[in-house]
Amino acid sequence: MPIEILMPALSPTMREGRLARWLKAEGDAVKSGDALAEIETDKATMELESIEDGILGRILVPAETDGVAVNTPLALLLVDGETLPDANAAPPSPQPAPPPAAAPAAPVAVSAALPAAPLATHRQTVREALRDAMAEEMRRDPDVFLLGEEVGQYQGAYKISQGLLDEFGPKRVVDTPITEMGFTGLACGAAFTGLKPIVEFMTFNFSLQAIDHILNSAAKTRYMSGGQLSCPIVFRGPNGAAARVGAQHSQDFSSWYAHCPGLKVVAPWSAADAKGLLKTAIRDPNPVVVLENELLYGQTFDVPDDPDFVIPFGQAEIVQSGRDITLVAWSRMVQVALDAAQTLKAEGIEAEVINLRSLRPLDIDTLVASVQKTNRILTVEEGWPVAGLAAEIAAQIVERAFDWLDAPPSRVCGADVPLPYAANLEHLALPQPDTVAAAARTLCNRTSEGGA
Amino acid sequence: MASKTRSPSPIPPPTPATPPPEELLRLYRSMLLIRRFEEKAGQLYGMGLINGFCHLYIGQEAVVAGMQAMAGPADSCITSYRDHAHMLACGLDPKGVMAELTGRSGGYSRGKGGSMHMFSREHRFYGGHGIVGAQVPLGIGLGFAHQYRNDGGVAHVYLGDGAVNQGQVYESFNMAALWKLPVVFVIENNLYAMGTASARHAAGDELCARGAAYGIPGERIDGMNVLSVRSAAARALAYARAGAGPFILEMMTYRYRGHSMSDPAKYRSKEEVSNMREHHDPIDRLRQILQDQGVIDEAGLKEIDRTIKASVAAAADFAQASPEPAASELWTDVLSEA
Repeated sequence: MPIEILMPALSPTMREGRLARWLKAEGDAVKSGDALAEIETDKATMELESIEDGILGRILVPAETDGVAVNTPLALLLVDGETLPDANAAPPSPQPAPPPAAAPAAPVAVSAALPAAPLATHRQTVREALRDAMAEEMRRDPDVFLLGEEVGQYQGAYKISQGLLDEFGPKRVVDTPITEMGFTGLACGAAFTGLKPIVEFMTFNFSLQAIDHILNSAAKTRYMSGGQLSCPIVFRGPNGAAARVGAQHSQDFSSWYAHCPGLKVVAPWSAADAKGLLKTAIRDPNPVVVLENELLYGQTFDVPDDPDFVIPFGQAEIVQSGRDITLVAWSRMVQVALDAAQTLKAEGIEAEVINLRSLRPLDIDTLVASVQKTNRILTVEEGWPVAGLAAEIAAQIVERAFDWLDAPPSRVCGADVPLPYAANLEHLALPQPDTVAAAARTLCNRTSEGGA
Repeated sequence: MASKTRSPSPIPPPTPATPPPEELLRLYRSMLLIRRFEEKAGQLYGMGLINGFCHLYIGQEAVVAGMQAMAGPADSCITSYRDHAHMLACGLDPKGVMAELTGRSGGYSRGKGGSMHMFSREHRFYGGHGIVGAQVPLGIGLGFAHQYRNDGGVAHVYLGDGAVNQGQVYESFNMAALWKLPVVFVIENNLYAMGTASARHAAGDELCARGAAYGIPGERIDGMNVLSVRSAAARALAYARAGAGPFILEMMTYRYRGHSMSDPAKYRSKEEVSNMREHHDPIDRLRQILQDQGVIDEAGLKEIDRTIKASVAAAADFAQASPEPAASELWTDVLSEA
């Protein structure tokens, strides 16, 4: 049997990729380790290597095919003098045939339910929206610069800064050593003088190395100086769990940073959020923590065309209106809440889904107004429950809207454990649409799916 | 405490000309102001008018006075929590500094910072930082900004002998050398990291050599002699200003008082302290030079003393008369208006 060469997963979060070009032709002899094709993921271009010596018998997916799902057979490798099966015979594998080149296999992952607005929009990934936000603000203000690990020549560990080095040069797109405490301190010092650094953390997990400067240098200096010295700086990067990267690379820092006066903290979900909030962050004269999410980087949404589109801080967005229960979420958990709402709707429960967007300042007014309508509130937080943001929201709702509540303000949080690696355990540790739906049912006094 | 060059400088140092009389007098006034200010701060602390942490610079005056004498017009300065002297040397008003120590609204931070946290953008003095070593990466950020703006400034980054064991200092040495940032690291080696003597906390002999692996030249300087400090400052600042990268100056100095006001300093002998005061005092040494060279007579010295005492007394009066910050100040200055 010829060996099937499958589309590989080249990163923890890769679900599909583009077969850019074949480096070998049908009939070519190949050795184990020879590069057969170039695969483009949303992060990088990588070579697909042969796993055996043999003859490249048949190419199943032509060059320049987009959206090839992981594990799709790409080609057949003939080994030990095998010959190619008859070209007209049945496919050599029971697996479905690869998608035709003209039709992208994976449709757009998410449809952003932006409020109906007369804005002209275009489709864009979160990744592109973040890059455009930085590029536009760097064009607008020569004091804005980007620094971090791999932001320049490598084009960003997650390709967020793609193209920025070419446009702005190494003075304004600064590749740093792996030295979070040092480069964060450097950026704060530069910000004291009025420059406006954007510090990219490869992930927010590494911000722990630098948290002294985020708090003691960036957040407190304006107050300690009696208003003389500000620190206009942005700290951004992916936050929270990605996919199977283990406990040290999977923490959600929402409540850590939202706890601290002197900081502003935002957590975009959609590409429009990403662009509008990051632009606001760069223009803001204060230190702003922008908590992105790696799993959202490749997702596509509508983004307004207006280059001056910004989203003010402290304004939550009602993504979906409903009368029975308020679901509050931010970042990737907005999608989890929307999926739960979809399930609930089929059971006759209409959930209002609120995308918090801004964690500090917190738009408590929008939450209170929603609770006055729905009388129930459930917060979905990826991070740990103890002293989390969901706990803060529950406290404020009790203080502000106690008389409107028909059920205790509640929460679905990440499990109170370091995030496990095993796929099943990781799934269990994070809020899922079904756990959110189950908690919502309980609050609405529904005991089971469809029950009343 | 002999001066010793660790690495040859690619740039010939400017000849350290003997300072003209007026500059000798400026150095003397600068050191004396620091001495009298710190003595007064100690008195006010004893009277309960200053609280919390208060770290006095008495004995170390030659370091910042000599460095600042060579500062260029665009240079910036940052230091740790033993910072009153740096503010005075950078030109901040003693009244505003003392009023911050008493926590009054007339203080540089309107009473909200305290002894360790004062700033002046006007004088390019960037604090006043309470976390040991944290001012070092912040300081190379000042250097980064000088380079970014190409304004000809050099960042003067002060750290103590205790701070040199912090990891972020080496992260800073690396980036400053890699990018040739205009920075002079001034290690104020007063021999004790709080109560722990250098020999008990620092491996290796000379802290000025701690940048050698990064190619950063370093010199150990007699930090009790303001003229040695001044000429070293000229060399190091010229090197950094020319774009050759950072430079380390290890200033061998001594604090006469404890680490902070609450430190009885039992980790060293009375003899050690009195020997430094009697034989190495930087102000006495410069006064001797002034008299030997006939720059000023006894009456002139007395006049300087009287003027400085009066300005310090005025600062102390201001610091006591200035009202406490209004209660509404609790909530201001957390964020800038967006």
